[in-house]
Amino acid sequence: MSNAKQTFLNGIIKENPTFGLVLGMCPTLATTTSAINGMSMGLATMFVLVCSNVVISLLKNLIPDKVRIPAFIVVIATFVTLVQLLMQAYVPAIYATLGLFIPLIVVNCIVLGRAEAFAAKNNVGLSAIDGIGMGLGFTLSLTVIGAVRELLGTGCIFGGRLFSDDYGMLIFVLAPGAFIALAFVMALVQKLQKK
Amino acid sequence: MAKLESSLKNMLLSLTCITLIAAGALAGIYTLTIDRINAQKAAAEQEARLSVLAGCEEGTPVMVETDGFGGKMKVMFGFAPDGTVLGYKVLEHSETPGLGDKSVWWFQDEAKPAQNIVGRVANGTFSVSKDGGDVDAITAATISSRAFLKAANEAYFTFRGEEDAHTGASQMVKEEEEIEETIIIDEKEAQDE
Amino acid sequence: MVYFLIFISAIFVNNIVLSQFLGICPFLGVSKKIDTALGMGAAVTFVLVLATIITYLLQMLLNNFGLGFLQTIVFILVIAALVQMIEIILKKISPSLYQALGVFLPLITTNCCILGVAILVADGTNKLPVGADHNLLTGTIFAFATAIGFALALVIFAGMREQLAMNKVPKAMQGTPIALLTAGLLAMAFMGFSGVV
Repeated sequence: MSNAKQTFLNGIIKENPTFGLVLGMCPTLATTTSAINGMSMGLATMFVLVCSNVVISLLKNLIPDKVRIPAFIVVIATFVTLVQLLMQAYVPAIYATLGLFIPLIVVNCIVLGRAEAFAAKNNVGLSAIDGIGMGLGFTLSLTVIGAVRELLGTGCIFGGRLFSDDYGMLIFVLAPGAFIALAFVMALVQKLQKK
Repeated sequence: MAKLESSLKNMLLSLTCITLIAAGALAGIYTLTIDRINAQKAAAEQEARLSVLAGCEEGTPVMVETDGFGGKMKVMFGFAPDGTVLGYKVLEHSETPGLGDKSVWWFQDEAKPAQNIVGRVANGTFSVSKDGGDVDAITAATISSRAFLKAANEAYFTFRGEEDAHTGASQMVKEEEEIEETIIIDEKEAQDE
Repeated sequence: MVYFLIFISAIFVNNIVLSQFLGICPFLGVSKKIDTALGMGAAVTFVLVLATIITYLLQMLLNNFGLGFLQTIVFILVIAALVQMIEIILKKISPSLYQALGVFLPLITTNCCILGVAILVADGTNKLPVGADHNLLTGTIFAFATAIGFALALVIFAGMREQLAMNKVPKAMQGTPIALLTAGLLAMAFMGFSGVV
């Protein structure tokens, strides 16, 4: 039981994909223009992560070692396409906002990385928990960065206005602000972890 | 269960099976969702049409594409029969977030008549005040504003063109006569040479 | 003229790394030295152009059979296979080039700028300047220019990081944060190009 709990917390805190492992930087920078966008991207990634972890851990004995990477990629790409189709059918507005970055979950190093490092070696239950933990960790970081950028850039948070638009620093919604906001949030996390 | 060996037969078999199952599963999901995806697209377009017409039954929705600051800009305008702009909706754009993308609401802000084009009678000459027009441009996004107003003017001309096709039959005949005349003149010139 | 504009647009105005956020992982990962940055840039250019042409033609084929929804899965497999093939061929015909690019090739499969550009071009949603149509020629030029833009950003960034390594950085900012901050300033500089094309 403690093993499951440890696996779960590992993804959220110690090996947080964004702040700990520094993986999946492209969606982290590109889709965090607002808290809600960051959260949607995180949840879509989490779905793929959990599904591919489960399936790969189920299939791990049926896949010969030498072709495991292509096999993993096929499994991941299948779930990504599934997410694309479902999002287009049920939440087209969010799909339009995230656009290209949904198919690009395929090349998100976190997904393939967890398949290779965890799901290929552990049982189904633990792999699912690892997927949920990592996915939540990723969603959490994206939401935080999105919230910071949204607040500094437009004065809103989750669409709710905190201060007037006139005081927003537009740069944080634009490309350079993505790098700068992530740099400072990451520095803060590093500072807190060292203590 | 023991792990399969990496023999050529096993590798091919396992990869082929996984790919086939994946493709099959996706084809299944695709057939299940495609109707809904198409329905969503149609509903979005229908909603845009209704919103730009603002309840006016006589109105005509017109879709235009133009080049904005950051890329293509796709806007739908609604016109009343007399040319009054009933409303608009930006369907696609890649304008700068926080600047040019304000065009989504800027030109239909009822509280600010100097920038609002909804309710004005269009005649194809909308332009920003900087260029001598009477529409206030988005602060710090003149190029996006110009692109948007150009789209509005283009939409108006398309709308007028459509109107002519229905009611202006006589005008078309006149135009044809003019074309014939010019052809005759051309022939004369050719003979002179 | 329009082809020249595609170059300017893809390299400076819509730089793949600094304004489109594709290929950030290699941008942060292999940018500590100018030499490696150049090698990575060359390898990406090579693969990106080939991958774009092949996937564009494949997309036409898929669309013909109504299988457009298999795009993601087919593209990533083709890119992975292509990278493997290039690796094998380079090893055979040009060992010196293989030595220069070889180490970067395995990293390229998961470089999202390859799949990203392939999807953009195949869908006809890549940003082209006014007057350019979406077709195989403009797509190929776009891919080439994008790769040059990637290489340029990588080399400039590597140059900045070489300087940075000699400076004292506050403890909390060491490592990735200061690199991201530098990238942010570089992105700001590139923003100056917006509206040129």
